[in-house]
Amino acid sequence: MSTPISPLILLHPDDNVLVVRAAIRAGDALDIDGARVTAAQDVTVGHKLARRVLAAGDKVLKYGAPIGSMTAAVDVGGHVHMHNMKSDYIASHTRQVVGGQVVGGSEGGH
Amino acid sequence: MAEMRGFLRSDGRKGIRNVVVVAYLVECAHHVARRIVTLSDDMDVHLIGFPGCYPNSYAFQIMTKLCTHPNVGGVLLLSLGCESFNREALRQAVAASGRPVETLVIQQAGGTRATIEAGRAAVARLKAIAGQTPVVPMARHELVVGTICGGSDGTSGITANPAVGRCFDWLVEAGATCIFEETGELVGCERIMSDRAVTPELGAEIEACVQKAERYYTIMGFGSFAPGNAEGGLTTQEEKSMGAYSKSGSSPISGLIKPGDIPPTGGLYLMDVVPDGEPRFGFPNISDNAEIVELIASGSHVILFTTGRGSVVGSAISPVIKVCANPETYARLSEDMDVNAGRILEGKATLDEVGAEILDLVEAAAAGDRTASEALGHQEFILTYKSFEPVGPACLPTRGRAA
Repeated sequence: MSTPISPLILLHPDDNVLVVRAAIRAGDALDIDGARVTAAQDVTVGHKLARRVLAAGDKVLKYGAPIGSMTAAVDVGGHVHMHNMKSDYIASHTRQVVGGQVVGGSEGGH
Repeated sequence: MAEMRGFLRSDGRKGIRNVVVVAYLVECAHHVARRIVTLSDDMDVHLIGFPGCYPNSYAFQIMTKLCTHPNVGGVLLLSLGCESFNREALRQAVAASGRPVETLVIQQAGGTRATIEAGRAAVARLKAIAGQTPVVPMARHELVVGTICGGSDGTSGITANPAVGRCFDWLVEAGATCIFEETGELVGCERIMSDRAVTPELGAEIEACVQKAERYYTIMGFGSFAPGNAEGGLTTQEEKSMGAYSKSGSSPISGLIKPGDIPPTGGLYLMDVVPDGEPRFGFPNISDNAEIVELIASGSHVILFTTGRGSVVGSAISPVIKVCANPETYARLSEDMDVNAGRILEGKATLDEVGAEILDLVEAAAAGDRTASEALGHQEFILTYKSFEPVGPACLPTRGRAA
């Protein structure tokens, strides 16, 4: 293959995160919107990397929709997950979430 | 590609198939109806039916909408004779739609063998009349397209589902009608969805229907939706539900319908599939085909079915296009699949390219091409008991614009 395949997918033009489609290893060179970024850590398929510099409080956009907010800053190419992001969803009394913390778990959907 | 064409019905709607349905009105007439369909050995003679002997207004409504669906050109009703289904009201509704309809009552027709023979002759007559339906050009804005996911896996939310979303965006932009559903899998997306509603009142109705779904599934013992699979990279509840929700694309949401409601205009509609009131008859939809039947009852000409693990089903009445999310599944089940969206994961195609391929296949199906499941003979159908209240006035803000 002449051109390396990007391991990242942009799901919607408004998104500020990219989804990993092929496992990334620490040290891999990534092209993010033309910027060359070195992966800081291993990241597996399905996880998210920042497409832009994000600050605490910024909405995270995936599928063109807000899926939560940053709780800490991240650089372009940084991993976006539980350690720096949280749900904006107001948990109702029936959900197994208290103050943003998971207190129980189950699978859902089919 | 061949041009889209439609079978013009007397209400002005156009069908992309010209199916004769044989409909049993109670399980006791199922065997006779099935034999008539099997012996006709015709890809465009389909079996549908309702097994229950007790009356149910939801089942009556769905059967009526299916028997007057644009893809249906004629109807044979199969009754045992003593069931409570109102066969005469259904016959009148079909006749009023301008379609040929015949009724056979097994208890009056001389039993199994005689009814099968009479049914085969009736199907031949119905086919002949349906065959005279005018065939006219059909435009993209006249399409009604439903979507469902089944057998999902970790790839569904990043390949097949958003690719269907692209296709939906283009269809809605062209004025077509698109329907997505399964509010039970949209828990966590209600605020995102309500922000997309064309009016705040519709937004409030959407939030309320997702809350209803969550409560219903909780009572059914499913527990509540927990924040998703973090190992798979999902961080929040809304992100997890967005995987299924991404089939809806990014158009504004024009309305909230219930099964059998026909969207009044083009645009994107959410179907509320969860019964109203206390749970009475079990799970909202016991399998994927029950959801497909509801999408068709609301007028869907064609169904976009995304699957990761590899569902093989099709449907009676409307063709099903299978969009396979996972490249490994595609390799195993390629004959059952229409689209390999897993190429996105392999870097061999973009979401836009796969979305465009899906749109091409919708139009090819509307030009008469058979989908993979149709060609393999899939005509699954299931209809069970449910109960609904009508939608409120805030649910269809575009209704005033309808002709």
